[in-house]
Amino acid sequence: MSATDLTALLALGSIALFVVGLKRLSRVRTSRSGNALMASGMLLAVVITLIEIGVVDYRWILGGLVVGAGIGYAIVARAKATAMPEIVARFNGFGGAASALVALSLFWGVVIEPGRDAVAADLLGATSAVTLVLSVLIGSVTLSGSILAELKLRGTISGDPRIPARTALMLLAVVGGLALGGFAVFGVEDLGLAAGLVVGLVAAALLAGVVLVLPIGGADMPVVISLLNSLSGLAAAATGFALSNELLIIAGTVVGAAGLILTQIMCVAMNRSLINVLIGGFTETSADHGEYGHVVSADAESASMVLEVAQRVIIVPGYGLAAARAQNAAHDVARALIDRGVDVRFAIHPVAGRMPGHMNVVLAEAEVPYELLFEMSEINQDFGQTDVAIVVGANDVVNPAARNDPSSPIAGMPILDVDSARRVFVIKRSLSPGYAGIKNELFERDHTVMLFGDAKQMLDELAGHLQAAPPR
Amino acid sequence: MGPLLVSIYVFVLAAFLGFELINKVPPTLHTPLMSGANAMSGITIIGALTLVTVADPSVSVILGVFALILATINVVGGFFVTDKMLSTFGGNR
Repeated sequence: MSATDLTALLALGSIALFVVGLKRLSRVRTSRSGNALMASGMLLAVVITLIEIGVVDYRWILGGLVVGAGIGYAIVARAKATAMPEIVARFNGFGGAASALVALSLFWGVVIEPGRDAVAADLLGATSAVTLVLSVLIGSVTLSGSILAELKLRGTISGDPRIPARTALMLLAVVGGLALGGFAVFGVEDLGLAAGLVVGLVAAALLAGVVLVLPIGGADMPVVISLLNSLSGLAAAATGFALSNELLIIAGTVVGAAGLILTQIMCVAMNRSLINVLIGGFTETSADHGEYGHVVSADAESASMVLEVAQRVIIVPGYGLAAARAQNAAHDVARALIDRGVDVRFAIHPVAGRMPGHMNVVLAEAEVPYELLFEMSEINQDFGQTDVAIVVGANDVVNPAARNDPSSPIAGMPILDVDSARRVFVIKRSLSPGYAGIKNELFERDHTVMLFGDAKQMLDELAGHLQAAPPR
Repeated sequence: MGPLLVSIYVFVLAAFLGFELINKVPPTLHTPLMSGANAMSGITIIGALTLVTVADPSVSVILGVFALILATINVVGGFFVTDKMLSTFGGNR
């Protein structure tokens, strides 16, 4: 068996590790080992490639690997749990950029640097030429789109500005970019012109990424990042075609396809269609933006008196909890209640926070025991037997309009039925609307009490009063 | 069957594999799964490796080195952050 046969067989092993790993990653019990399997598949792929390259100058290889690994490790080690979604977005942008840069490096190495005027497609081969252009296009869209997604998740860029004639602009950037790239590899012999056209392709693709993501609201970013992730897989697959590397094609395509399915699953969980998300924001409807009438508010002290005599309490965290970094305070309240013998649980809405699973990560950071966290389907029927539901920084995911008002923009979205609890406390800065921009009639209900203030401060005060309260 | 056709076969079959691989995912795992898949898209690292094999720093090599660094950040950081997320989910549950 020759060395090429051996590496080809090893590549099969690498693919197997990726596939089994990804499958295991999608199951709760096996997720961590799945991730480890995928990482070892990647390590094997790198080793195979190093064997295939043979003996070469290792300076850049070693330097690149060490620097990249160091930076990657440092970014994650310094990250707070609340920032993880942003980091995923950033890494995704890097992956897309890497694919585009590989294609550009190939173009420069094979076409520009030999210095003889010739049509690029003749030097590269037609397949390589076409897929190289696709790789640059998709990779660059992924890069600018992901950077923008990270900035939106962080709140550096807020709002969802409308771009006039967005579809036309998008089409122009993509088709224009493809035309520039196609001309660069098939149409011109002049090297300077070809290089300029490829730079134009990069610029058009970066613009397309911005036009794609800018008008989409922050709450839809998880779906967008998942879609961009699928794109970066396709960029890798295109790079694989350009380099005729089957392992790259397979792994890239599997990520591209699986990412698309995951995007679809996430859309379903949020009761949105992918098209709606991409169009941006909720469509205008005759929804009630109206003023609030009868709203009862109270302070932490009187709220704690109600909690002191409660038997069963459910805490409902939302994005406001993560934004105020109130997870430790929420845990303190839960502990104070548990010490008094109260049955305390946390109800996690599938899309609470900025990403599915975001609340789990945030609460886990505060070491809230996993046994106290319940998903919507596990806990929703229990609100009827609950004395107090404490809603912390959540809005749309507890809005009864989703259930009662068919004309509401969020009609049909699954919500947590906090309104069936005997008493509802809502900790919120103000009566400002949530992402959907609509009024929440829960705040007007007779059994709802608003606790206005910063989530962390309010929860700290509640915990303080509860700890100081006389034992029952 | 020519090499291009083989590549196209591989591409189409891999797409089917990817589509069938993921079905019902509990919401808790949406973010980690996306993160893990994202790390896997750093596979482009092996493309970058093949392009930086000479010492002479031409434009092509410099582009390749940037690609290698970014892909390595994507891979190492991506798998690490996924593990960090999963480790907070209370061990084996």
